[in-house]
This record gives sequence, C-alpha cells and structure tokens, in this order.
Amino acid sequence: MLKATIGCEVHAELKTNTKLFCGCINEFGGAPNTHCCPVCSGFPGVLPVLNRRAVEYTVRAGLALGCEINGFSKWDRKNYFYPDLPKAWQTSQYDLPLCVGGYVEFPFDGQTKRVRLNRIHLEEDAGKLVHDGGVSLVDYNRCGVPLIEIVTEPDMHSAEEVVAFLTALKSILKYTGVSDVKMQEGSLRCDVNLSVAEDGAPLGTRTETKNLNSFRSVARAIAFETRRQIDVIESGGTVEQETRRFDDNKGVGYAMRSKEDAHDYRYFPEPDLPPVTFTDAQLDGIRAEIPTLPAARVKTYTEKYGLPAYDAEVLTADKDVADLFERVVENGIEPKKASNFIMSETLRLAKSSGSDDVELKVNAEQLYAILKMSADGELNNLAAKSLLAEVWGSDADPRETARRLNLVQSNDAGAIKQIFDGVIAANPKQTADFLAGNDKLRGYFVGQVMRAAGGKANPKIINDLLDKLKG
Amino acid sequence: MDILDMTLCELVAALDGGGVSSTEATAACLNRIKDTQGLNSFITVCEDAATDAARRADERRARGERAPLLGVPVAVKDNIVTDGIRTTCASKFLQNFVPPYDATVVQKLKAAGAVIVGKTNMDEFAMGSTNENSAYGVVKNALDPARVPGGSSGGSANCVAARQAFAALGSDTGGSIRQPAAYCGVVGLKPTYSAVSRYGLIAFASSLDQIGTLTRDCDDALAMLKVLSGKDERDATSACPPAYPDILRGDVRGKTLCIADEFLNTDKLDDGVRAAFEAAVDALQKRGAVIKRASIKSFAAALSVYYVLSGAEASSNLARFDGVKYGMRAEGCDSISDIYVKSRTEFFGAEVKRRIMTGNYVLSSGYYDAYYLKASKIRTVIKKEFYAALDGCDAIISPTAPTVAPKLGEQSDPHKTYLSDMYTVPVNISGLPAVSVPFGAAHGMPVGVQIIGKCFDEGGILDIGKAVMLADREVHNA
Repeated sequence: MLKATIGCEVHAELKTNTKLFCGCINEFGGAPNTHCCPVCSGFPGVLPVLNRRAVEYTVRAGLALGCEINGFSKWDRKNYFYPDLPKAWQTSQYDLPLCVGGYVEFPFDGQTKRVRLNRIHLEEDAGKLVHDGGVSLVDYNRCGVPLIEIVTEPDMHSAEEVVAFLTALKSILKYTGVSDVKMQEGSLRCDVNLSVAEDGAPLGTRTETKNLNSFRSVARAIAFETRRQIDVIESGGTVEQETRRFDDNKGVGYAMRSKEDAHDYRYFPEPDLPPVTFTDAQLDGIRAEIPTLPAARVKTYTEKYGLPAYDAEVLTADKDVADLFERVVENGIEPKKASNFIMSETLRLAKSSGSDDVELKVNAEQLYAILKMSADGELNNLAAKSLLAEVWGSDADPRETARRLNLVQSNDAGAIKQIFDGVIAANPKQTADFLAGNDKLRGYFVGQVMRAAGGKANPKIINDLLDKLKG
Repeated sequence: MDILDMTLCELVAALDGGGVSSTEATAACLNRIKDTQGLNSFITVCEDAATDAARRADERRARGERAPLLGVPVAVKDNIVTDGIRTTCASKFLQNFVPPYDATVVQKLKAAGAVIVGKTNMDEFAMGSTNENSAYGVVKNALDPARVPGGSSGGSANCVAARQAFAALGSDTGGSIRQPAAYCGVVGLKPTYSAVSRYGLIAFASSLDQIGTLTRDCDDALAMLKVLSGKDERDATSACPPAYPDILRGDVRGKTLCIADEFLNTDKLDDGVRAAFEAAVDALQKRGAVIKRASIKSFAAALSVYYVLSGAEASSNLARFDGVKYGMRAEGCDSISDIYVKSRTEFFGAEVKRRIMTGNYVLSSGYYDAYYLKASKIRTVIKKEFYAALDGCDAIISPTAPTVAPKLGEQSDPHKTYLSDMYTVPVNISGLPAVSVPFGAAHGMPVGVQIIGKCFDEGGILDIGKAVMLADREVHNA
C-alpha cells in the first residue's frame, strides 16, 4: 500500500518591536512602504545591525521545543533575484543555525505522537508584491521582519497528523510569546514536503508545496498531492522532484519549478555580520523567560482546579484563553463554572471568524464581571450569553451594559413574593394539584411568576418559595 | 605661499591664524578643478554647495568655533554616498541615483567642518587598477597626462596630486587607495579593517573593503584618520581603535622593518621600481632602522585568493542593481526577467560583468568547495603568515606596486592588470593597515613604498612613512 511521508518547514514571524537588521517598526499592515528605511529597502551602501532580541526569541522558542542551542552560530546570504527582495539576497542561516534538534509532542489517535525537529534558524522576511490591473507593485513594509524557520523530520503520514502537529506547534509558539502566530496575517506559514512509497520501502521522490497559510489549505494540499503522486506511480510514471504551489480557490496544486530550474542560492557567509555567540548565563536568562507551557498547565488544571482532562486540554490549547481562565478563577470564580462558560460561549465567539486563529475580544475584567453577576444570581444563563456577545470587541463595562439592556434579574425577595402570592391566588386549582404532589406544575408556576416579573426574577427564589409553600 | 601648495595641516593652521579663509581656499580648489578639467578627476563637482559650506565655515570661525577640518576643501570618492548629491560608482547603472542619506564618513567630515568640493572618478564599482573602467571617462595622471592615475580610487589620488583638493576619501579593497597613491606620488592610507565605518560605502567586497584617505603627507593622513575612525553603531564590523598619537616624529631609529624574500624574488617587479625601493631601504637603514628578511610563502597565492573571494562577494553585493528599485532600468522590457537581463546587460561595464560572472561561478553548487571554500582556507594561512612576520618587527615594507603608472590604453589584458595589485592585495586579505608613501622615481614617475603594520598601528606606519618622505627629500633634494 502506498503511503505518504511528510515533513514541514514552518515560518513564524517574531513579534519584536523592531525589524531584524534596522530600527524600523515591526508591525502588520500600515500604508505601503511606510515601515521601511534605506537599510531594509536595500539601498546601496547600507549595512545590517542585528536585533539581539530576535535572537533571544528564537532561542526561547528553541528551548521551549527541546532544541539544542548552538553556542556559536552565524549568518549566510541566500542569493536570488525577486522584486520583493531588494538586496537580492536573504540574510539567513545555512550550516550553523541557532537551534538544532528538538520535537513537538501532541495527542493523536489516542496516543502521544512525537514529531522530531531538524533545526530552527532565524532569517529576514521579504516584502510583498501587489498585482493590480496589469502592473505589479512592491510593498517593503514586511522586508526585514524577523522570521524563524522550523524544519521537521519526515515524521508525519497524513493531513490530520500534520494539522495536529501544526496546532500543537502554534500553541507552543504562542505560549513562548515570540510570535502572534496569526495565519490570516501571514505570521505563520507552512511549506509541505511530501513523498509516497510502499510501507517500509525507502522514501520516494519528494515535492515541496510552498506557502500554505491555513490549516484547511495544508490539509487540502496534502490530500491533493498524495492522490496525485499515487496516481503517477500507479499509472507507471515517476514523481519528479519539484516545487509546487496550491491554489486554494480551485483546490488544485501546480508545478512551479522542476529540479533543473531549482534556484542555486549560492550561499556564503555574510561578511557584514559577526557570528552570534551565547554564554551559559545568557542561555539561563532566556530559559527563565519561558512561561509555563500547555502540558504543565493541563496538570495544574486537573489537579488543583479539579477540571476534567478534556476541559484542561481545551482551555490550555491557546495561551490567551488559558490566561483568561486563570485570571477569572484567581478572582474567585468557581473553576468548573468558568470552564463551562469559556469553552462554550467564549470560544464560540473567538473562533467565529472561521480562521485558524483564536481571537479573544473580551478581557479578563469583563469576563469576570459577567461570571460574577451570574454567580450572584444577577444574570441567568441566557442573559450572561447575550451580555458577553454585547461587550465582545468593545471595552464596555458589562454591569452598565446589563443595566442598559435590562438583563439584570431581580433578587428582591419581597417583590418576588408579592408577585408569587398573586399568582398562587389567581390559580387555586393548580395550587391544589401542586400541593397534592404534582411536581410537574413547578415549571408552570415559575413561568407564571417569571412572566409577571418581566423575565427578570431569579428562578432560584421562585423555587424556594414553591418549596416553602409545600412545607 | 600659494594656498594650493599648503598641506591640509598647514591650511588648518592658516585658517586658524586668520591668514586664509575657507572661501578663498575653496575658490582656489574650484578654480583649479576648472583649469585642470581635462584630467577628469571628478564625476560631480559641487560648486554651489561647496561655496555655501565654505561661507558657513568662515562664519563659524568668526564666531570663535573650531573643528578639526573646519573650512578644509576635500573630495569624496563616488562610491561613498552623499545625501542629495548624485553617487554613481562610475557606473551607467547609477547615473541618476541620488542617495537619501550620508555615509558615516561623510557625516563625520561634515561634523568636522570639511567642505566637500566634489565626487571623484573611479573604476566602475571600484573594480579596476587604472581608472579606465569608468563610464565617465578615463582620468589622466596629473604628473603625466599620457598615463593613468591607477585605480580604483584614481580620481581621489589624482585630485590630491593635482592640488584640486587638500585630501580625498578613497576605498581600498585590494589596493585601490595605495596603488593610485603610488602612481600619483601622494600618500594613501588603508586603515585596519573595521577602524573606519563602511556604512554608506557602496559595497564591492564587504570583507575586504575599507575606506581610507589620500593626502599630501603622513601628518594629513593622521589628521583625517582621527576624524574618520571609530566604532559606528550602524556598522556591526566596526571597532574602536586605541588612541592615535598626537604628532608624528618621522623617527625610525631602532625600528625593525621586515621585507619578505617573495616580494623581491619575482620577475614581475620592474627594475626601476626595484632600484627606487632598494634606495628607500638604504635611506631608512641610514636613519637607524634595522632591516630584517623573512619569508611569506603564501604571498604568491594572494591574488588568486583575492579574485575568488572578492568576486564572490561582489556577485552578491551587486545583485541589488537589478533595474527594479533605483538606478537605471532598460527600456522595452516585458517581464521581470527581461528587466533583470536587459538592465544588467546594458548598464554594467565589461570588467564588472567579468567579476560578477567569476563570483557566481565560484559560489555555485558543485564549485563552492573547490574555489570559495579553498580560497577562504588559504586566506587564513596568508593572514597567519603576515601576523607571524609582524610578530618580530615593527612593520613590513614592500614596493606598493611592481611598476610605475602605465600609459593610458597600455593594459589590455585584465590578468596582467591584476598583477599591479600583487603587493597590496594580501594586506586586505589579512585586514592589516598599510600606507603607501612616495620615494624617488622610475621612468620619470613616482614610486611608492608600502608600509604594513599591526592591527590599529596606523600611528606606527604613518610615523615610518613620514621618515621615508623625510629621507626622500634628503636623498632627492626635493
């Protein structure tokens, strides 16, 4: 049976304040060519100066992924012509990358799957071409943004496995705080190397599909390329080594360059930058910057907060979500209540854009206020849900919003008793039946009182009154 | 005394003393440039800007301000970028390129009060040894217009020799300051690699390129070096040299000078130049220097190593000239590869293309180990041998070039031309400082003596250079 073997090259932009070799701001977006200077736009005569923070971020990611850190690492020029690369070379790392080895572990198919990493190196991003009505324009804003390339070993065999790997990797990178890992903004991109061969046979000829920027695209490209290669082999052909791209709209992959046309990058050591070295003390300093990673948090959530393993895994998958959960729990919200609300309502909204990125648009203060009102009986479940949707993406105070929208339920026992008494008086037959033991009428009474109270009476108080009536 | 006959240091003293104004000195240079326009030392003359700058310098002086070069007219090689002033690298490719920033050395010159009179002619992208590879015409040697001034900093050396400026900036990748200095009879200093910031020098071969000076004597070179040197936050390879001496004594008593056998055991060395060099050695000995012989076996490999490594770096450094962003773009292109091919074919000169082709070849897959890697390893050996030779002496001395300035058009074989850098190239490969000073003559043209020192010992080699020039005056009654 022919089986696919897959390795990935994952590119993640680092979220340093400034670019890798100049002082320009490192920020997504901006009007074209407003985040650049003579250095990052490759003017004649300029020289690079290394942003040490980017090196530290790379090492931090490497340490979090179990890599060995090279105490001596250097820069190389990768030479090729393209309009988005103004110097006509990319400053990268060839034979002495910052990080070597390492792995990512994640649950897959009921087991723990380990994908080995080959290396992580630091390099600069290129600009962006904009094709518009027959002309091509270049935006150099992204030029020189620090980028890490994480290269795996060919340890994966299916689209599902690759997506699970990417999900786990994305989670860890976000935890370390070195990257926003937003696939939609291109701060996380993936190249897929794939070959097929009979199980147990030596690996087949591989192709590389470049620049996939969503999990869906990765999965579809792998499915397409696996099918294509199997078809080629089964029809007696041979797979050519080539670079390919995947058209997401059409769901079809295309060959870009054959092996013969492959770039000869003519790598050589970058003479303008001294090598990078680390002392053990510096490495310890970077190690101390790594926050608690998801695996350790899962343990805390199950042991200290008593959450089911499933809840713990869902909550810790994204650092922002885990941080949010911890903040509200630290402020006194009961962990399971917080977990239920975050896993259902909050995550639903955070993933509503349809992208692979979790976009939390509520802060811990807001969520705490909502959960606290709910715990205090001021909000029923439906109201809490509406209130979250209402404050989502704004900095509104949930308490004010709840009042303005009339969502706060009444806890005024006297007022509710008055309404309750009125309902009992108006329904003598049902009251008699209820007292005779027909507990199904409980819902009827709660509904009646609720209706008379305009939907805002705390159902717990009504139930207490019914219990008292029964004696 | 005619202003133009002064050295830079003498001019500074005269300006300080109030006997001369910067306006007068600058006007004298500008007039001299006009009168000797046929030499073609300059690609761009900044007449208005220089006149303005001179007036401002005089105003500052009148207010009692002082700066090391306040009001001194200097020239800048046209591969060093100047904010708002066209910078061409003597290439058609950059005929319309006006940089948006100043090189660090230009900033430092301006901060020191210097007046920039113009941008000097050169071999295209600093590739050449005769200044005949310029898209802006050849430069004629100020001492004999039938001869070349040398290169690549031919315009810079020539403008100092022709009294068109009091000093000039040059760049030296394999001898491009020292060899033209020798051909034009001026002082050419290539400082230690890293002593002067390269930020704003349009790169030829980054690991070998070094900005330096062309001046009338060694004191002027020291004065310029003090302004230019120092760590620059924008050049990661720059360093802060130790303090340079206040004055040069020109005293070689008790100093040991080393000559490698390989420098003299060669048929490439012209007899007249050999005789002049030997006379210089005699004169130094008479002044109290101890001469020592040594062997630097890797000397013979230096030129080959140089053409592999500098070509490799050049092929990458010059790749940015692709017709996309700045400089020229060929007309009638229908695709991006068309823009690359047509622009680079049309706007690069023959020598530049030859080096780019060589450089790409030695880096390409399958050839890297045999050429680039091997050359890098030999580079280490050459460096080690020069360091070892310097260990037992104060400086190494050699002829600067094996011949005097050749006639215009005389050199048609590029490989033969490359030989003119045989003595200077190993110095760049080793990253050491060296100065060429004039001593005597051969075939009616000046001869240069090269003094190579330990890292950051510019003070030491300039001191020996001063002794050579004092001896020259003594021997030749100049």
